Amino acid sequence: MLGATGICAAGIASVLLFILGYLVINGASSLSLSFFTQLPAPVGELGGGMANAIVGSGKILGLAVLFGVPIGFLGGVYLAEYASPVGAFVVRYVTDLLNGVPSIVIGIFAYSLIVLNAKHFSAFAGGVALGIMMIPISVRSTEEFLRAVPNGLREAALALGAPKWRVLATVVVPAARDGIVTGILLNLARVAGETAPLLFTAFSNRYWSSGIDQPTASLPVMIYTYAISPYEDWHRQAWAAAFVLLMLVLGMNIISKVVLMRSPLRGGR
Amino acid sequence: MTTSAAGDATRTPDVATVRSPVPEVHGTTHTTTRSPDAPEKMQAKAVDFWYGRAQALFDVSMSMRSSHVTACIGPSGCGKSTFLRALNRMYETVPGTKLTGQILLDGDDIFGLDVTALRRRVGMVFQKSNPFPKSIFENVAYGLRVNGGLSRPQIAEQVERSLVRSALWDEVKHKLHQSALGLSGGQQQRLCIARALAVDPEVLLLDEPCSALDPIATAKIEELLLTLADSCTIVIVTHNMQQAARVSDYTGFFLMGRLVEFGRTDKIFQNPARKETEDYITGRFG
Repeated sequence: MLGATGICAAGIASVLLFILGYLVINGASSLSLSFFTQLPAPVGELGGGMANAIVGSGKILGLAVLFGVPIGFLGGVYLAEYASPVGAFVVRYVTDLLNGVPSIVIGIFAYSLIVLNAKHFSAFAGGVALGIMMIPISVRSTEEFLRAVPNGLREAALALGAPKWRVLATVVVPAARDGIVTGILLNLARVAGETAPLLFTAFSNRYWSSGIDQPTASLPVMIYTYAISPYEDWHRQAWAAAFVLLMLVLGMNIISKVVLMRSPLRGGR
Repeated sequence: MTTSAAGDATRTPDVATVRSPVPEVHGTTHTTTRSPDAPEKMQAKAVDFWYGRAQALFDVSMSMRSSHVTACIGPSGCGKSTFLRALNRMYETVPGTKLTGQILLDGDDIFGLDVTALRRRVGMVFQKSNPFPKSIFENVAYGLRVNGGLSRPQIAEQVERSLVRSALWDEVKHKLHQSALGLSGGQQQRLCIARALAVDPEVLLLDEPCSALDPIATAKIEELLLTLADSCTIVIVTHNMQQAARVSDYTGFFLMGRLVEFGRTDKIFQNPARKETEDYITGRFG
């Protein structure tokens, strides 16, 4: 038994190491300073970078957080603190279903809701699509970390005459804050690589896009476009973009672990 | 403060000198000078209580005299903690609970009061110390901030006064802004008492406050309760009979949801009227 489980565990680790190594070899060697500072070069010219896609990804992810996290957070507070058993069952079931909806379907939803009405692609539409994808995990991670706050803290505050909303705002949520931040970061890392919902919402752009109302480049869509192109130089750029994206995701994972490790309540769970 | 006629509290003790029989607490002697005919601060009248369909209290009537310590003793599951949680309506946070009967605070029905106002007047300390993951200062200041209306210097002054009253000031005055979670178990429990005292409650409820503490920390808290009783009405739940004997003026013995016997602590411990009380106190069960 030990042998079988050990082999599988080693297999999982080696898959990750293989992907990482392959990306480092192909991606890191294609990286240069211009990748971070320049716009994509016109077809046929060598060089250029993906500065607009890096900024665009940040813009879309920021919009996704603004849109998805407040809804997910409040839904999680409802589940953990207010819901009746029936209400909790319904909301949990619906969030699990939403979590299972394929990302391309969510993309089509945002497309028909926003892009068709506005008659053009936009970073806003991409942010909404990714925000919707963030909701289920936001709900469940907020709920989980609020539930992990010892009940004694709620009772202590209630016994001092604090009304329930105040207990939540001043004791329960602050005690769960590090966990909730961790949940948001992991959630963000998960949607940062999503490509399908962006294809027909934010679309892409070979130039800078100002504001949130224009087609906007993002790293995953650029990787897709460049990887299927016939040009050798574009393939190298796609590797570099994939490497940068992976490092961003890895960075968010590491930061979230650090946040959680420094949390004063981690022993109290 | 109004005195309401106790009337039907059937086992209200005779008026006499109130004195605990085992007063030794690390050298200090509990010689109460509290008035034996103090008004009844809180009264429970014919209280029945249910968790869902399971009845936890049966027809409990008991009065708690102003500036006295009243202890509730009895074996686990006898309803003593449930009774305590009825006095500040903390049981209402548990879904599916129901209470009938009357509970009075200074003669007013507590169910007619706003629940937050009631809990400001009737403070509570819990079995497991539960300081907020905030600084020592912010823990004590919490109730004051919730109440509002105090300036910063007033809050600081009240925090100091509460920590002095809970005999913690000298140990923490140099680290008020450090996390409360760094304190020892006994210090944390005294911090929780300070936090409850900060809003100047008229009644302080304590639910087995020493059950997780070592004997020295326990002695400190018992000593503290004796001094607090001069300014505050105290109701303490304990399964430690020696503790009830040491700190309380009146004792109620609970068994299977009923108040079997209630009276002056010395009477209950030296000459109980009921066989069940005697069996419990002499250690035949429980």
